[in-house]
Order: sequence, then structure tokens, then C-alpha cells
Amino acid sequence: MANKVIYAVYDDPEQLKDGARKLVSSGIKVKDVFSPFPMHGIDPIIGITRTRLGIVSFMFGITGTCLAVLGIWYFNIFDWPMNIGGKPSFNYYQNVPAFIPVTFEFTVLCAAHGMAITYLIRNKTLPGMPCSQSRLRTTDDKFIIEVRTADNHGHSSEAIAELLRQSPVTEINERQC
Amino acid sequence: MHAEAAIREPLILGHKTYHDITNDIVSPIENKAPRGWYVLMTIASLIAAYGTGCILYLIGKGIGTWGLNKTVDWAWDITNFVWWVGIGHAGTLISAVLLLFRQKWRMAINRSAEAMTIFAVIMAATFPGIHMGRIWMAYWVFPLPNQFGSLWVNFNSPLLWDVFAISTYFSVSLVFWYIGLIPDFATIRDRLTKPTMKKVYSILSFGWTGNAKAWTRFEEVSLVLAGIATPLVFSVHSVVSFDFATSVIPGWHTTIFPPYFVSGAVFSGFAMVQTLLLVMRKVMHLEAYITKKHIEYMNIVIIVTGSIVGVAYITELFISWYSGVEYEAYAFINRATGPYLWAYWAMMTCNVISSQLFWFKKLRTHLGFTFFMSIIVNIGMWFERFVIIVTSLHRDYMPSAWTMFHPTWVDVGVFLGTIGIFFTLYLLFARYFPVLALNEVKSILKVSGESYKQDAAKHHHH
Repeated sequence: MANKVIYAVYDDPEQLKDGARKLVSSGIKVKDVFSPFPMHGIDPIIGITRTRLGIVSFMFGITGTCLAVLGIWYFNIFDWPMNIGGKPSFNYYQNVPAFIPVTFEFTVLCAAHGMAITYLIRNKTLPGMPCSQSRLRTTDDKFIIEVRTADNHGHSSEAIAELLRQSPVTEINERQC
Repeated sequence: MHAEAAIREPLILGHKTYHDITNDIVSPIENKAPRGWYVLMTIASLIAAYGTGCILYLIGKGIGTWGLNKTVDWAWDITNFVWWVGIGHAGTLISAVLLLFRQKWRMAINRSAEAMTIFAVIMAATFPGIHMGRIWMAYWVFPLPNQFGSLWVNFNSPLLWDVFAISTYFSVSLVFWYIGLIPDFATIRDRLTKPTMKKVYSILSFGWTGNAKAWTRFEEVSLVLAGIATPLVFSVHSVVSFDFATSVIPGWHTTIFPPYFVSGAVFSGFAMVQTLLLVMRKVMHLEAYITKKHIEYMNIVIIVTGSIVGVAYITELFISWYSGVEYEAYAFINRATGPYLWAYWAMMTCNVISSQLFWFKKLRTHLGFTFFMSIIVNIGMWFERFVIIVTSLHRDYMPSAWTMFHPTWVDVGVFLGTIGIFFTLYLLFARYFPVLALNEVKSILKVSGESYKQDAAKHHHH
């Protein structure tokens, strides 16, 4: 039997969540969900775990702090200490108040850009990337559940469609894949 | 679904569907621009061209073409720098701080406010750049390995802190803005039919599909970026104020500067947001999204920050007397009664007195009055920086060096030029970019939309 992909189209996020709940409670795996804006509450239904991007940001931030401390120590204390305005730079800890602003800014710089770049890579959204999902108006006003028969052996595409019709679905499209 | 109290005023007026929102925002991009856009664009780009000419002349001739002299060695350049950075702050405040406070009214205005931030920071960064004189040496501000005896930049200097603060602020704001734009560019990409335009928006949208995991990540990134942009925005204007506060010039050497500069920045930034949005909502017919309530909310922020600024002015005056330092006291007496008293009282009137008028509900919900006031506040905040910088310098410790500052045509031309460049960039943004955060506005439609709220209320009664 050829594998099929089923797209169930909804007009409202709440209705889509209804449909997704019905599918999941019957043991059907939802491949993905597409929407024009974030739908709160869909993640636990279709089994999406929390993203770790916050941790990524923290790690980049800490790296930035360390680099800033190390760099400033090297530039102004170790390599070329200067006596500016009678305030000599002989050691780090006596000068540290003056180094806080740059350390902070560099932490933010690394945390923000590190996370942003990771985000783009993880999402596979980079300049010039092709879009795999552009004909279905999910960036306008449609909310779509994608189910693949390949993920759901033991459920025919008709059975899945039948189940979907029990929720306020507006359209069901099937496609060979 | 999340419900909202009935007494909260709707944030989206009339009956809109998701598709209507897409239509309202994307059709101005698809269709020919209205005549008014061309008129404004012509004016703005002519001023921008003149300003660019002045900047090039300045770079060619040197900063002797400015009106600076031995006593007043900082004047319009730094005034304009601080003014523009301050304007930028409202964008970050709206998109980051209001996100952390879960203020839904931010959603209709954050996109254009962030655009304003980015363009304002570009204008701000121009001034220290051209004030260096030899702008082609600008990279010397970064700690780069070099051949001058390993001479590094001085990390004790607030001017260097500023380099890091402004460049971090600019690049983080840009990333924050662009990450929000990606899904909206995808909306435009999927709607357009003209192949060239479609291609352009397809590149800009980075292949966004809007699947569930991507949105989860999107929300996490927005939240974390808001969390780190909030201390960032406060640090940036604090660092700008350190340029003055850490010096030993009477009138500058005050500990009140960081909070005072930050609230002044938010104050002037919101005024500029009002100036831009009041025109944009009219020209682009966004009255349903940027409602009177939005304008009123922003005016309330203006009262609060204007009052903080007023308290700061008065505190400064009091402390200058209470400190017992006669130089400090003279700096302030000179501000209020010296040859620059007109600038001081213009600042006091525009910032402190006029913003109090917004206590009247009639005035703060009146669009014409708000527009007028936004210009007044912008002028007042420019004078604030001028007063702080020039009046503190022009009469220094040695009366024989006392002098006045007179701007030259290059000073004026460069300043006007930055306004022209700013508006040119903003008009281009309004023409080709989604001016509302489509994905965010859609997410509040069924909670804060007028017709949906009415339906919910009816439901509740039965």
C-alpha cells in the first residue's frame, strides 16, 4: 500500500486542538501541525517537548562573560597596563567596577546572538531556504494537522479521515508521498 | 481558551477575521503606494540627500566646520547622539518590557516601534562616528590586535563602554526585530503572485513554515530575548549618561543621571512613536488595530516618564544647592538664568509642564492634541540634551574662557539630514514591511477583538 499524507484543515486553533486530541486518543501519531500564529496548548497534545533554547542562551551568555573577563584582564591588566588619571591598572579586582559595563554588554551580545543563530539553525530557517509548506494558507488563516500513514501502521487513511470528520474540520486533503 | 474581562476595551475594533488581518496589512505592500507616500518620500529623501552632502563635506573638511570651540567642545553632535539613542529606547521598551508584563496592546505597535528603534540607533551611531574626524579609523574603538606597541582600548572609559553598549543594543534589537518578521514575511511570500517580489520575500522569510515546534521555539526566543533586552535597554542609556556623569564637569557629575536619562529616553521615544503612528494609522487605515486606547496607553506612559523627568530636574536643582559646591550651584543657576535660559525654560515647559496636560482624559484621547504634544516633547527632549551639554561647558572654571556656542550650517545640515535619513528609512519600512506583527495580532483576535468580546459577553448573559 502506498504511503499517504493527510492534511486536515481547520479555521480555528481550538477546533484543531479538538481534532488533534481525537487522533491522539485513538493512538494515531500526528506528524506536525501548521498555523499562522503560535497555538498555546497544542504542544502537550501532539507530544512536543519544551525547547532547550533558553539553556542554550544561558550557555552562550556565560561564555560571553568569561571571554569578556579574560579579554579585559589581558588587554588592560596583563598585556599593557596603563596609568590613566592616577588610577593604575595593576590588578583585576581593584579595577573590576569599571569593567562591569563591558562585561555585561558582551554577555548580552553572546547570549542573544548565540541563541538567535541556534534558533535559526534548529528551525532550518536560513536565508534562501526553500519552504516545504506554502500552498496551504497556513501563514494566513488556516490551521493544519499533518498525519502520515507511514507513521501509523494499522490505521487506514479512510479510518483517519473518518476520525477527523468527528471534529469541526473544514477540509481533508490526501496526497501520495 | 484564555478569556479576557469584559470591561477591558477591545484592542481590535469591528469584526475582523484572520484573513482580514492579513489583507489589511499585506495589501498596501502588494498595491501601488498612495500618492501621499511619494510626496513624503520625496521630501524625506531630499533632506536625507542634503544631510548626506553635509556629512561628506564634514568628513572632507574636518570637524572645524562645526561650531565647536575650545570651551564648548561637545555640542550638537553629542546632543543629537543622545537624542536619537533616547528615541530608540521606546521600541525596545514596547517590545521587550511590555512583553514581559504581558501587555497585549504592545502587539499592534511593537513592529513599527522596533523599526523606529533600529533607524534611530543608526542615526545615533552616525554622530560619534563622524565626530571622530577620521571616520576611516573608526575600527580603532575595538580591541583589535595592532602594531602600535600593542596599545589596547581603555576599558575604564565610559566612551568605550558606549561602543559596546550601542553596538550590542543595535545588533540585538535588529535580531529581535527580524526574528519577529520572519513569520510575517512568510505570510507575504505565500500571498504574492508577482514572481520577483515573491522571490524577494521568499529569501527574506528563510523558508518559514509555521510548524508547531518552530512556534514553540519562536515564543521561547522572543521571551528570552525580551528578558535580556530589558536590562540591556536600561544599561544602554545608563552608559550614555556615564559619558557625562563620570566626568568632573559641574552639571554633569551627578549620580542621578542614569535613571534620569533612561526615563527621559523612554519619554522621548514614546513621543516619537506617537508622531509616527498617528500618521501611519491614518495613511494606511490601521484605525481598527491602533485604536484610541493604544494612543491613550502611550500617553499614560508619557505622563509617567515625563513626571519622573520633572522630578529629576527639580532634584538636580535642589542637590546643586544642597551639596554646597559653588561650582555645581553656579552651573544650575547659569542654566536657569544665564544666557541659555531660553533653552532651559523651553526644556522645562515642553517636558515637565506640557506632559502634565495628559492628566485630562479629553486631551490624552484627542488625536490631534496628542500629535501636537508628541512634537513638543521631541523638541523638549532635544533641548534637555542641549542644556545639559552646552550650558555645562560654555562657562567653565576660568571666566576668560567663557564663550557661547553658535551652530554652523554644517551642524544644522547634519542634524536635519539625520531626520531625513530616518524618515526615508521609516517610509521604506512602511511600504515594504509588514507594519503590524501579523502573527501576534492574530493571536489576540479572538480574545481582544471587539466583535468576539461582544459575542462572549452575550454568551455570558444567557
